[in-house]
Amino acid sequence: MAKVLEGLYYSESHEYVKVEGNIGYVGITDYAQHALGNVVYVDMPEVDDEVSAGEEFGAVESVKAASDLISPVTGVVLEVNEALEDEPERINADAYENWIIKVELSDKGELNNLMDAKAYTEFCEQ
Amino acid sequence: MTYKYFPHTDDDLRQMMEKVGVQSLDELYADIPETIRYRKDYDIPLSASELEVRQAFERLGSRNQQLTCFAGMGVYDHYTPSVIPSLLQRSEFLTSYTPYQAEISQGTLHYIFEYQSMMAELTGMDISNASMYDGTTAAAEAMMMAVAAGKKARKVLVTEAYNPLTYEVLKTYALHQDIELITIPVEDGVTTLNALKSKLVQYTGEVAGVIVQQPNVYGIVEDFTGFADACHEHKALFVMDSVAADLAVLKSPAEWGADIAVGDGQSLGIPMAYGGPYVGYMCCTEKLIRKMPGRIVGKTVDNRGQRAFVLTLQAREQHIRRQKATSNICSNQSLMALHVTMYMALMGRQGLREAAEQSYGGAHYLCEELVKTGRFQLVYDKPFFNEFYVKYDGDAEGLYQRFLNAGILGGVRYQAGFLFAVTEKRTKEEIDNLVKIAAL
Repeated sequence: MAKVLEGLYYSESHEYVKVEGNIGYVGITDYAQHALGNVVYVDMPEVDDEVSAGEEFGAVESVKAASDLISPVTGVVLEVNEALEDEPERINADAYENWIIKVELSDKGELNNLMDAKAYTEFCEQ
Repeated sequence: MTYKYFPHTDDDLRQMMEKVGVQSLDELYADIPETIRYRKDYDIPLSASELEVRQAFERLGSRNQQLTCFAGMGVYDHYTPSVIPSLLQRSEFLTSYTPYQAEISQGTLHYIFEYQSMMAELTGMDISNASMYDGTTAAAEAMMMAVAAGKKARKVLVTEAYNPLTYEVLKTYALHQDIELITIPVEDGVTTLNALKSKLVQYTGEVAGVIVQQPNVYGIVEDFTGFADACHEHKALFVMDSVAADLAVLKSPAEWGADIAVGDGQSLGIPMAYGGPYVGYMCCTEKLIRKMPGRIVGKTVDNRGQRAFVLTLQAREQHIRRQKATSNICSNQSLMALHVTMYMALMGRQGLREAAEQSYGGAHYLCEELVKTGRFQLVYDKPFFNEFYVKYDGDAEGLYQRFLNAGILGGVRYQAGFLFAVTEKRTKEEIDNLVKIAAL
C-alpha cells in the first residue's frame, strides 16, 4: 500500500506539494515511485526557472518508463534537489523526504485545486 | 498480371488513390514546386542484359578522370589499408541491420562499443554516441542539442571561418526550428576571444551554443584559449567541429574545454568516393549525456555473468519520447563507423600520428615551394596543419584548368584564393610536379 502523508497537497498526475509559508516542496508521491519502479534519472529545471501549475517542469526516468513531471503549483524555482543528480534512487527510498524542486509560490490559492491526503488516497484506489 | 515481388499492383494503387481521393499519384506531390520537378521521360530502356548494363556503367565510369588529389576542405585523401575493404565486405557486416535485438547482435554492438571507446579517446570526451550520418549533420545535431540544453536561448554563434557547406546544413536545420545563427567575424583568418565575447555580450542570455572549427576553413589551427570559459559564463555550450584524423596530434576538444565535439570521420581512412558515404562523430561531456541524440552502446553482463553488449541509452531518439526528441536520428552510420574503427585499430596511436605528421610535413613543403615561385602568398600567417590558403597573382581559373590538364586536382578554389591539402599519400614528386605547373 502506497504511503500518503497528511498535510500535503496532491495532484492527479501524482505530484505532491509540501507547503511551508510561501515555499512549496514539489516531488512525486510514493504511489508514483512504486508505479515507476527503480528511478534512474531525474531531469530537473534550473534555479530561477519559472514553473506553472499544470505544466511540465522535468521528467523522471525509471527502468520501466520516462514520465513528465507536471508542476502542481506556479512559482519560481528556488532550489533543485541536487542529491538526485547522483542518487536518483533516493526517490524510491523515500519519495516524500526527497523532494525534487523547492518553489516560491506565487499563488497559494492554487492549492485549493489540489487534493488532500484523504481525497488522494481515494483517487489512488480507484 | 500480378507482380510477385512488387509491393503494390496497379489495382492496389487504384484502390488506395480512390480511398484518399486523388486521381493520380502526381497529385500527392502537389506541394513540390513546379520549377524543380522533372517532367521529361527518364530515358531508361525497359530491359537490358546484365552484360549491357555492366558495359553502360563501365562507359560512364571511365569518364571519371583519375586525378592526383590536393583538394580538401573537409574531405581528405588519406590512405585506406586494403585489409579494411576486404573485412568490411564480409556479409555479417555489410548486410546487418541496426541492432535492436541484443541477443542476436553481439558482433555489431561490440564494434560500435569499440568505435565509441576510440572516439572518446581521440576527442578526450567522456561519451561518444554510436555515430551520426556525416560531419555536417553531426554539427547540425550539436546545434540542436545546444538549443535543447539552453532551454530558452535560441541563438547559436558560428565562426566565420567555418566550412560553408556545413554552414548550409546548419541553416537548413535551423530554418524550421526557430534557431537563429549568428556569425562571429574572423580577424586575420582566426576566431578571436574578443570577437566571441563581444557577440556573447551583445546577445546576452540568448546564446545557447558556440560552434568553432579545428582546423578552420583556411586550414589554420586555432587557439581557443578562454573560449570555453567565456561560453560557460554565458551559459552557452562550446561546440568544436574538428577533422577527426588531426586530433591524433592536435590538442583535443576536451583539452579546450568543449562540451560537444563533432566532425566528420572521413579523414580516418574512408575513401573520398565523390562525397560519401562518410560517418559523423559526436562526443560530449557526461553532464550532457541525456541531451545527446542517437544511441549509446554499453557493456554489461548477461544472466550467466558473461560479458554482453546492449543499446544502453537512446534518450533523445524520436521513437522513445517523440515530443521530447531533439533529433530525428534513430540510427547510426554503422558500416562506416566500423570502417574508421578498423582504421584506428590498424593504425594505432603511432600510425595515426605518423600519417598526421607526414600530411603536415607535405603541406608545409608544398606551401614553401609555392611561395618560393613568387606567385603565391600565404594569406594568413598562422599555424596550419595539412591544408593552407594562398592567393595566386595570376589567372586562378586558368591555373586550375592547367592543373586538371596535368591530371591534378589542384586544391579547392575558395573565396579569392586556393586551399591546398596534402596527405601522406602525396609523394615529393607529385608535390614538385604541382609546383612546376604552378610556376609556369
